[in-house]
Amino acid sequence: MKLYEVFLRAKSGLSHKHVGSVHATDAEMAMQNARDLYTRREEGESIWIVDSCQIISSNPKDKAAYFEPAEDKIYRHPDFYPIDKKVKNI
Amino acid sequence: MPNKNEARYNYILNLADNTLVLGQRLSGWCGVGPFLEEDLALTNTALDIIGQAQMLLNLAIEIKGEGTVDDLAFLRDQHQFKNVLLVEQPNGDYAQTMFRQYMIDSYHVHLYRALVDSSEKQLAAIAEKSLKEVNYHKERSELWIKRMALGTSEGLERLQKAANNLWHYQHELFENSEELDKLVKQGIAADPNQLQQNWLNDVSKLLAKTPIKTPQSGWRATGGRLGHHSEYLGKMLCEMQFLQRAYPNCEW
Amino acid sequence: MYSQGLRDSKAGDDSPELLEAFQKRIDNEEKIEPRDWMPQAYRQTLIRQISQHAHSEIVGQLPEANWVSRAPTLKRKLILLAKIQDEAGHGLYLYSAAETLGESRHKMFEDLLSGKAKYSSIFNYPTLNWADVGAVGWLVDGAAIMNQVALCRTSYGPYSRSMVKICKEESFHQRQGYDIMIKMAQGTAQQKAMAQDAINRLWWPALMMFGPSDKDSKHSGQSMKWKIKRFSNDDLRDKFINATVPQAEYLGLTIPDKDLKYNEKSKTYEHGEIDWNEFVNVIKGNGECNQQRMDARNRAYDDGKWVRATAAAYAKKQQKNEKVA
Repeated sequence: MKLYEVFLRAKSGLSHKHVGSVHATDAEMAMQNARDLYTRREEGESIWIVDSCQIISSNPKDKAAYFEPAEDKIYRHPDFYPIDKKVKNI
Repeated sequence: MPNKNEARYNYILNLADNTLVLGQRLSGWCGVGPFLEEDLALTNTALDIIGQAQMLLNLAIEIKGEGTVDDLAFLRDQHQFKNVLLVEQPNGDYAQTMFRQYMIDSYHVHLYRALVDSSEKQLAAIAEKSLKEVNYHKERSELWIKRMALGTSEGLERLQKAANNLWHYQHELFENSEELDKLVKQGIAADPNQLQQNWLNDVSKLLAKTPIKTPQSGWRATGGRLGHHSEYLGKMLCEMQFLQRAYPNCEW
Repeated sequence: MYSQGLRDSKAGDDSPELLEAFQKRIDNEEKIEPRDWMPQAYRQTLIRQISQHAHSEIVGQLPEANWVSRAPTLKRKLILLAKIQDEAGHGLYLYSAAETLGESRHKMFEDLLSGKAKYSSIFNYPTLNWADVGAVGWLVDGAAIMNQVALCRTSYGPYSRSMVKICKEESFHQRQGYDIMIKMAQGTAQQKAMAQDAINRLWWPALMMFGPSDKDSKHSGQSMKWKIKRFSNDDLRDKFINATVPQAEYLGLTIPDKDLKYNEKSKTYEHGEIDWNEFVNVIKGNGECNQQRMDARNRAYDDGKWVRATAAAYAKKQQKNEKVA
């Protein structure tokens, strides 16, 4: 059996979130298994199934090169710019 | 009970017992399914089916005006059960369980579709809720029929055997009677002839996609509605009713 | 592959620098995720612990399933089915978590079926009367929840996330068990006798679920350092006893421990000696139901073989047909 990753949307307006995986012989079975396993308590109203092999993940070794350069770009955040409280609607 | 009520009672009880007995059978797979995901999935079906039994039995006691759901489930003897013989047949292997399930799922889908418009308001409400459940059951059992029939040769062989065992139990689902005919005319019950046509359409369409051959004529199951059951039911009830029989009048 | 985890850390590359950096992450309460570097021993400990935990859920279905066909009311039947189904679900979440460490469910399952892998000793005891179903929920799930709540903060991300999910779902298990116990303890004399019989048989095995005493626990030290485990066996066991004794009193049932006493100073209960010989013996496979449970799991697996095979064959053919079309 193949491994499939399961993503659920709890309610409309939210995005799908990874909740776990299921084993199944094909996508159709994976979808039903995900429904029977992950929505027993009304946890979702929409399911995505992804073949685990199809997920491309960043490498933890690249963590520093990928994600740390954003650390000092504080000018991307609004609180970088002090403005007098008297100024409204900005 | 006035006659008019008795007919309604009998009709509801037949539907209720079908689900009660099937639910008891299905729960036998809990914990020992062919793989984990399927174990969970079939238990979901069992939970739905027993839930339907609860609702239908509840309607039956309302019509009768006395007793409780559990009195009906645990304190009747086998000759008082009105289910069709199909649902009391043993689970057998997974092919037998799934073929039985597909036969009943397909029946349930058409039954509840019809009963959504029943003039018996509570029955219509139960049908509406249950229809969603059985639509999913049928989607699942249909796929299992395909997986078995079109997968390995062993799968096909086992499914063919299950079909041979169970095929002759279908007729009972669509048996008519004077009493039932009246209920149909009053808009309470689903028309068995119509159900049979729809059912046969469904089943033959699916089986035509597979090498499964339907066995010809031969013996036909009958009698469930009148309380004539197979030997299996008595033994099943023996186990199911044990606590209520051995320790009467307890709170559980 | 996401779930199966890539073995980025190979055996033998546990250099002191890497180990130190890893420990620092743990000390900072950072969660370790599947593809992060981790010491081999950390990986192996987790695989062992998570899969044992998963096996326990799966074997744990059996003693309760023993009563499904005989549940005394339809409501109890539904509750019991839903509960056993949850156990299967929890086994599945845990196998999924273990798979992220690079071990396949197939391999873990085979180790269970061959008797190589262990599972919780409690499930090698029989369920003999209906009150046992209540006592399993109340005591066995109660003990399990103590453990599992503590594991929600475990350092390995997927394990921690599955524990959070499991704890959320399990909260009804203990309550439904206690609910059965209330009905039995407040019922007829016969029902009350069943309830007492159940606690007599299951109390000590429930205490053993927390594992050996701290002084004898061989895995504890390192697991605590890596924050796989966050509380010691004895601490959790004491916590369980302190929570449970008053619940038994409410039911009017007697805890089968003549040495059990309340220490006014420490405000805790002190329990009598646990029979560790029995514990070791059951773990080794000599419990009353070891053979029966293993047979049942093997039978289900063997009976399901053709079902899995035909489903796989069907999927393969479908894929081929799609390609042709």
